[in-house]
Amino acid sequence: MTLLSVQDLSIRFKTPDGYVHAVNNVSFDIDAGEKLAIVGESGSGKSQIALSVLGLQARNAEVTGRVLFNGENLVGMSQPTLNKIRAREIAMIFQDPMSSLNPYMPIERQLNESLELHEGLKGTAARQRVLEMLDAVQIPDAKNRLRSYPHEFSGGMRQRIVIAMALLCNPKLILADEPTTALDVTVQAQIMQLLEDIQKEHGTAIVLITHDLGVVAGFCEETLVLYSGKIMERAPSSSIFAAPSHPYTRGLMRAVPNIHDDNATLFAIPGQPPNQMLQINGCPFAPRCTDAIESCVNTIPDLVGTTHKRACHRPAEDLS
Amino acid sequence: MNLRRLMNQPDFTQAVAEEMLTSRSFWADARRRFLKNKMAVIGVFFVGLIFLFAIFGGLFAQYSNEEIDWSLLGNVKEQGGPSLSNGHWFGVDELGRDLYARVVQGSRVSLMVGFIAGTVAVLVGSTIGAFAGYYGGRLDQVIMAAYNITISIPYIIFFVVWQAFFGRSVEQMIIVMIIINWTAGLLIARGQVMALKNREFVDAARMLGLSDARIILKHILPNMLWVIVIYTSIAIPDMIMTESLVSFLGVGIQEPATSWGALISEGASTMTFGTLWHLTFPAAFFAVNQVSLYYIGDGLRDALDPKERK
Amino acid sequence: MTRSPLLSVRDLEVKFPLVHTKAWPWSKPDVVHAVNGVSFDLPTGKTLGIVGESGCGKSTLIRAIAGLETLSNGTVNLLGKQVDFADKADRLRLRQNVQMIFQDPVASLNPRMTIREIIAEPINVFFPDLDKDTQRVRVSDLLDRVGIAERNANRYPHEFSGGQCQRIGIARALGAGPKLLLCDEPVSALDVSIQAQVISLLQDLQKEIDLTLIFVAHDLGVVRHISDDVLVMYLGGMMEMAPSSDVIKNPQHPYTKALLSAVPIPDPTAKIRPEILIGDLPSPLSLPQGCLFNTRCPKAFEGCDTIRPEFTRNAIGSVACRLFD
Repeated sequence: MTLLSVQDLSIRFKTPDGYVHAVNNVSFDIDAGEKLAIVGESGSGKSQIALSVLGLQARNAEVTGRVLFNGENLVGMSQPTLNKIRAREIAMIFQDPMSSLNPYMPIERQLNESLELHEGLKGTAARQRVLEMLDAVQIPDAKNRLRSYPHEFSGGMRQRIVIAMALLCNPKLILADEPTTALDVTVQAQIMQLLEDIQKEHGTAIVLITHDLGVVAGFCEETLVLYSGKIMERAPSSSIFAAPSHPYTRGLMRAVPNIHDDNATLFAIPGQPPNQMLQINGCPFAPRCTDAIESCVNTIPDLVGTTHKRACHRPAEDLS
Repeated sequence: MNLRRLMNQPDFTQAVAEEMLTSRSFWADARRRFLKNKMAVIGVFFVGLIFLFAIFGGLFAQYSNEEIDWSLLGNVKEQGGPSLSNGHWFGVDELGRDLYARVVQGSRVSLMVGFIAGTVAVLVGSTIGAFAGYYGGRLDQVIMAAYNITISIPYIIFFVVWQAFFGRSVEQMIIVMIIINWTAGLLIARGQVMALKNREFVDAARMLGLSDARIILKHILPNMLWVIVIYTSIAIPDMIMTESLVSFLGVGIQEPATSWGALISEGASTMTFGTLWHLTFPAAFFAVNQVSLYYIGDGLRDALDPKERK
Repeated sequence: MTRSPLLSVRDLEVKFPLVHTKAWPWSKPDVVHAVNGVSFDLPTGKTLGIVGESGCGKSTLIRAIAGLETLSNGTVNLLGKQVDFADKADRLRLRQNVQMIFQDPVASLNPRMTIREIIAEPINVFFPDLDKDTQRVRVSDLLDRVGIAERNANRYPHEFSGGQCQRIGIARALGAGPKLLLCDEPVSALDVSIQAQVISLLQDLQKEIDLTLIFVAHDLGVVRHISDDVLVMYLGGMMEMAPSSDVIKNPQHPYTKALLSAVPIPDPTAKIRPEILIGDLPSPLSLPQGCLFNTRCPKAFEGCDTIRPEFTRNAIGSVACRLFD
């Protein structure tokens, strides 16, 4: 069953120097309980997609297209209605846990706030629920730390609290925007483990937004590769990692040093990401692509395929 | 196929981006942004006019600022008003002196006190603050103690005591204004330097073995100059305001010298006799000047604050 | 043939007093133990990778070698001669031979200087006798070497991308003609597709001019790729040091093992379960007694919390763990 359906979503930002085209005609679906990864580098528009799903885009953003959540279009929905969906149905986890925690409020009160607002829970019932949640995210000695302030926790613990906060109202979908990028690898492993356990237990759908292919491989069933606001490739993770069929995905994988590969040579993708002020008429990756042909510059490739979808003019067999 | 080769050049995207950007230095960029701010430009225009008035206004005065027009003394209220025919364009004051000449004189004093004291105070304060921020430790503690003591002295009392000893000339006024305001810009410069000295480009400069003086002058100062400029633009109208306030209260500029504050004070005291021009002319100059300076400060902040920049 | 090492570090310690936590102006400040007794030798032309998580002191260590932090203890030998950080001539010698590139490429360039001015500065400082034309040619050569078009030299740093800024930073460091280049997380702020460009550039330079590198990073994959030897740090101390392939294939220290297993592998079929470490990093204000890692070590046994293990050589590399005594 489709939980979230993003259809032809485009986001552009108005700036004094012109429009920045952050996301261009992106469409994808997520089923209930699915784990989807959106992989992209900075400027690929991956965070903007998440923010616009929640209606949190910047004021100078213009969003077109449709974002259907359980059949309801979230784009252009009024703030009060959106507020009801936010947190109760869709929760978001940001890269910097401090950005979602109020530094001047003890964590119990912050957690209670959303419970009270969305579920009307108060007093001991609320405390019970908060404690359960903090235990679920493995905050040691949670009972005695309810009155602690966010700065009294380590970075990994803070991210756990944010996850607890996101889970409080049993959302159907969690958008996790680079949830472990600010953390060390050993802490990252803890948090990814936690997200996986929670996903199994509650059947929550998770959209993991990241630049790290390694994190994706161990976690998500589906992977979507974004470049300069366009989908390059979308496929089951097993298939995309075994046989990446888009030049960008291939380049990305060759650029990541694999620690267990003895004689790995690193391949850099030449050039720089495109200037998003310019409207391009072809594949955005064409200027950096070693396999580009003339039509790559002139015609925008469509995303085609059944389970393994790709947006490239050249057949996978012809690529170098 | 030529096209493809072109597009495969690593510099292609950069070349495309270049067409959109023309390289601008920070200050050129700031100037462009400042000139876009219409209120600030109008502010510059008015302050420029007031400056011209203060510098050259005296050339057009029909009377000197000290000369008493005996023909009007005694019936200032009936005949001493602004008049084109007798040459007293702004009328005469309570003692029969030409108010136009007096306003020119007052403008000179107020602007001089404001601009000289404001600039010098911010320079002194930010230099000391920069040292405190850069070297930290004991020096910082001493400077911060001095700062705390200075800001807890009630400045009006300081004025009175100082002037009892050294007199009440315009020069003394400027000196005492600098003394009580030496802390202007201190905190802001200290904070800026403390933040900048830990930036990586300063580390890179230290890796070149540059002397402290060269690091401060070449790498830190150019990056905090914008803060000092903004702060000075706020300090100047503040100084003029303080000067006017103390002069209005009678502890600042003294006869025969005058300033906007002193003139407003005189005008206010004779307001009830119906000689309203005594108040309106100096007050109008004062108000236009202050409002213009604040708009200039606003424009500078918008033009220079890097947070506003992409 | 035994070449004397380019750099040799002995018992290096760095401590920071935390001035802001003092109760009274005269009370003794708390002390952060950032680096605790690090020793290693680095031969010419080799690359030493230093890995560890945030707060392990790896950046502080190389900043101390660069003279940007004050040593609390220990010595640094450069080209067989001890560096006296208080001596002006010695500092000059250090700077001519040792340069650094930084983590945040954009912040490491003065925003008020053009690229040409930035790259010309070290040439100006270290080779003041060169005439203007030669200096200009050197700047052009450096720009060319790092792949920045010279027509862009009069631009300001904010007009360049992160990867380009890092290459400009490398050009600036090369301007001094260093033998040792300290790299403080030089690619962690860059996108993966750009990371490889910078790493390849460093490797090419190393071959061309016999450059020696210390490469600090938290990304084991990157470190393994570029380094000959890898030093693993935890809480300011050395845990393990070995040739890079051995560190990956035969990690000895329990911390190295945990660190390695936590590195995500871009392969969904890989079945390596991360070994989850319990708890948080201890405070560097008060180091644990005994082994620095004992509070979180899955293999800790009796005595680990009292006896600080020696850093000892064995067949594979060197390790500080009582399991190998």
